[in-house]
Amino acid sequence: MDLSNKAPTDVDIRDSWETHKFRMKLVNPANRRKYNVIVVGSGLAGASAAATLGEHGYNVSCFAFQDSPRRAHSIAAQGGINAAKNYQNDGDSVWRLFYDTVKGGDFRAREANVYRLAQVSVNIIDQATAQGVPFAREYGGTLANRSFGGAQVSRTFYARGQTGQQLLLGAYSALERQVNAGKVKMYSRTEMLDLVVENGRAVGIVVRDLETGAVTTHAADAVVLATGGYGNVFYLSTNAKGCNVTATWRAHRRGALFANPCFTQIHPTCIPVAGSYQSKLTLMSESLRNDGRVWVPKKAEDCGKAPDQIAEADRDYYLERKYPSFGNLCPRDIASRAAKQVCDEGRGVGPKVEGVSRGVYLDFADAIRRLGQKTVEERYGNLFEMYERITGEDPYKVPMRMYPAVHYTMGGLWVDYNLQSSIPGCFVIGEANFSDHGANRLGASALMQGLADGYFVLPFTLPNYLAGVKAGSVNANSPAFKAAETEAKARIDKLMSIKGKRTVDSFHRELGLLMWEKCGMARTREGLTELLARIPVIREEFWSNVTVLGSPEGINQSLEKAGRVADFLEFAETMALDALEREESCGGHFREEHQTEDGEALRHDDEFCYAAAWEFTGVGKRPILHKEPLEFQHVHLATRNYK
Amino acid sequence: MKLTLQIWRQADKNAKGAFETYPLDGVSEHMSFLEMLDVLNEQLIGQGKEPVAFEHDCREGICGCCGFVINGSPHGPMPKTTVCQLHMRVFKDGDTLTLEPWRASAFPVLKDLVVDRSALDRIIQKGGYISVNTGNPQDANAVLVSKDCSDKSMDAAACIGCGACVAACPNASAMLFTSAKIAHLGLLPQGQPERHKRAQDMFEQHDAEGFGPCSQHGECEAACPKGIKMTNIAMANGDYLFSQLIWSPRTGPSADGG
Repeated sequence: MDLSNKAPTDVDIRDSWETHKFRMKLVNPANRRKYNVIVVGSGLAGASAAATLGEHGYNVSCFAFQDSPRRAHSIAAQGGINAAKNYQNDGDSVWRLFYDTVKGGDFRAREANVYRLAQVSVNIIDQATAQGVPFAREYGGTLANRSFGGAQVSRTFYARGQTGQQLLLGAYSALERQVNAGKVKMYSRTEMLDLVVENGRAVGIVVRDLETGAVTTHAADAVVLATGGYGNVFYLSTNAKGCNVTATWRAHRRGALFANPCFTQIHPTCIPVAGSYQSKLTLMSESLRNDGRVWVPKKAEDCGKAPDQIAEADRDYYLERKYPSFGNLCPRDIASRAAKQVCDEGRGVGPKVEGVSRGVYLDFADAIRRLGQKTVEERYGNLFEMYERITGEDPYKVPMRMYPAVHYTMGGLWVDYNLQSSIPGCFVIGEANFSDHGANRLGASALMQGLADGYFVLPFTLPNYLAGVKAGSVNANSPAFKAAETEAKARIDKLMSIKGKRTVDSFHRELGLLMWEKCGMARTREGLTELLARIPVIREEFWSNVTVLGSPEGINQSLEKAGRVADFLEFAETMALDALEREESCGGHFREEHQTEDGEALRHDDEFCYAAAWEFTGVGKRPILHKEPLEFQHVHLATRNYK
Repeated sequence: MKLTLQIWRQADKNAKGAFETYPLDGVSEHMSFLEMLDVLNEQLIGQGKEPVAFEHDCREGICGCCGFVINGSPHGPMPKTTVCQLHMRVFKDGDTLTLEPWRASAFPVLKDLVVDRSALDRIIQKGGYISVNTGNPQDANAVLVSKDCSDKSMDAAACIGCGACVAACPNASAMLFTSAKIAHLGLLPQGQPERHKRAQDMFEQHDAEGFGPCSQHGECEAACPKGIKMTNIAMANGDYLFSQLIWSPRTGPSADGG
């Protein structure tokens, strides 16, 4: 298996992207219209890629399972987008953003990719502004910035608490412009069921029209997957209900390596679980940690008291205490684990769910005193409103209650510097790939990566591949297409025919709870081994006892969910195995056996300084581990220290 | 608490729909409205009945997927709240709730509470953008934008495209949706070159989709979960009027070619 990452090694890292761009092949403008490109997904990465490829002149087909490309989950990102503009003149630079991202990722990302990401970050802000994204501004008319977890500079651009929405609507508008121009054909309410691979090359996809139920195939010269992360393997997460692993997992089954699946991010500030009927968790932007102070009572016996009845001296501002230089702005994995720790000690606040209070206060009283309610409202008004709607409590008066929840997945399909997976012709962008965040993503970097991949990287690397294949040479009637279509239809028939006793959701909930317990914020060898034994049992029951009512024709939301949960039930096993095999703690992956004396993550660089890329060998069969060694020539391996 | 739900059930686009009544017990006040429907659906499946189809995704009030009419109000009784963010604490034990899809000829019902809102995408396709290719635009701070303009633009840009304004309007007009995009872009310096043509093209598509005209009724603003204001409609009408002077279909863009 060739795991060479194809980043230039003969030039300084500062010049590697420019050099690489020059060395790549181009496609003549007159020939571009002869190439068909499929983009699956219409979030930040997918919409920006489809729009840009359309502008360049390729024939693009874009697929989304929602009713409109504007619904993709990128829309829910609240806080902001990082860019090394240094508008605040506070010492930021491309190099510093690169450094912060590699360090924040706990040295498990590829340096060359991260440097490129930091480099193009500045173009994203220019591009989005030109598209009419209404970023926050100062009175003088310049763009405003705020600071975010894991950084000591103000480099985050934002549009109130709706930055993801505004950036997505920007990319969506560019996409719709290309639809109008006839360069992109949009397939909404259409879900990818499989990747078609012929002679070792990705040549198309199998899809189901969610409105009619028709299963069809689409051929193309290249396939781009921009289908997001797999956080919903935990059932409860901050991801949208529809987010799923199907597209990437199906590509994995066809030969694409899946890298670092155990790297999942737990976001420290989410609204705590209120009851067993809970369907999803709601994130409150990390930007709240700029002005909010995190605390719990010093003594467990105070936990039942109203917060205003707890004297200042009896409060433990534990992040400020443990990490004085970063304080409430320490990175997400550290803040999350610290919250778990104080709750495990019995110092959590809020209502008890299954006998334990799992919540910490995020208090704005000081900020309101310092800045006035008006300024706080301007910065966080919509977040405060959202919190009040969900909990019925007013955060201007009572501190918010927060608890960590699954939010983002750093792992994904393995890609090289060109964002191409191990299947030639299958490219993977945005959260769906594994490349830039290592073991932990910094706040406000997901939007940056999605748009960097879609606007500024893929549109250069994809032509390099296309230039080497004959345009329109794919035959949509070939046996590979027929076989993939037949397989997808058979799977649907099978799901419809089981007619068991349990609902799809009940299986998803069972799997999710188990994953959260054994493969969540803290993992142990024992727990993971047990998990690996239990997943196949749930999967087996699923395939013999699930019930899907209705018909495969027309809208059938249970059937849609069933296909996705079936894939989660396969994927979960690889994820647990990856967590078991990585005998170290790094970033979002915390193995209790590997921690320092004061409970911080302990990496083992001598053994695990690699990206773990898994090769599929069959359902329930042990996948083969391939290792891409990671070299750190510019940001030297060091223990992360946010104290 | 205990509720009686009367829900519109319709098998597909061409089927004739009807209300069906379902009693539901054990509803917690902390549940969101959609979580309550999840519970109902799990029960229906247990009884061998097909679950109620409804659209939803983020459940955070931002994706715009969800939305149906509860007791005559789009997104239910709470102002500025999508149905996914509506919590059961606003209802009382014993309430009867009637759930039906958005009603508008431009939004055909696909199944139960699911409607086809692709008409909104087609309106955006005709001009809901600034025509700039991905590339190397000038530095973002090269064009200064007053905070006031930027804030007002953001107010309009907050539209989530859910379609509640159409469902609320006695004319089934999508003018609030259309004008929000015209205002978002028209309030920014970057949006000026196409400002008037944008209004004309989007208005034409709006009408072609079968949405009704605006008669300043104001139901849209009251129903909007994001607080989009009718002043956007006034601004868009102004832009449209101006477009008729400089972009009249009869003369087209400047006949001299200059």
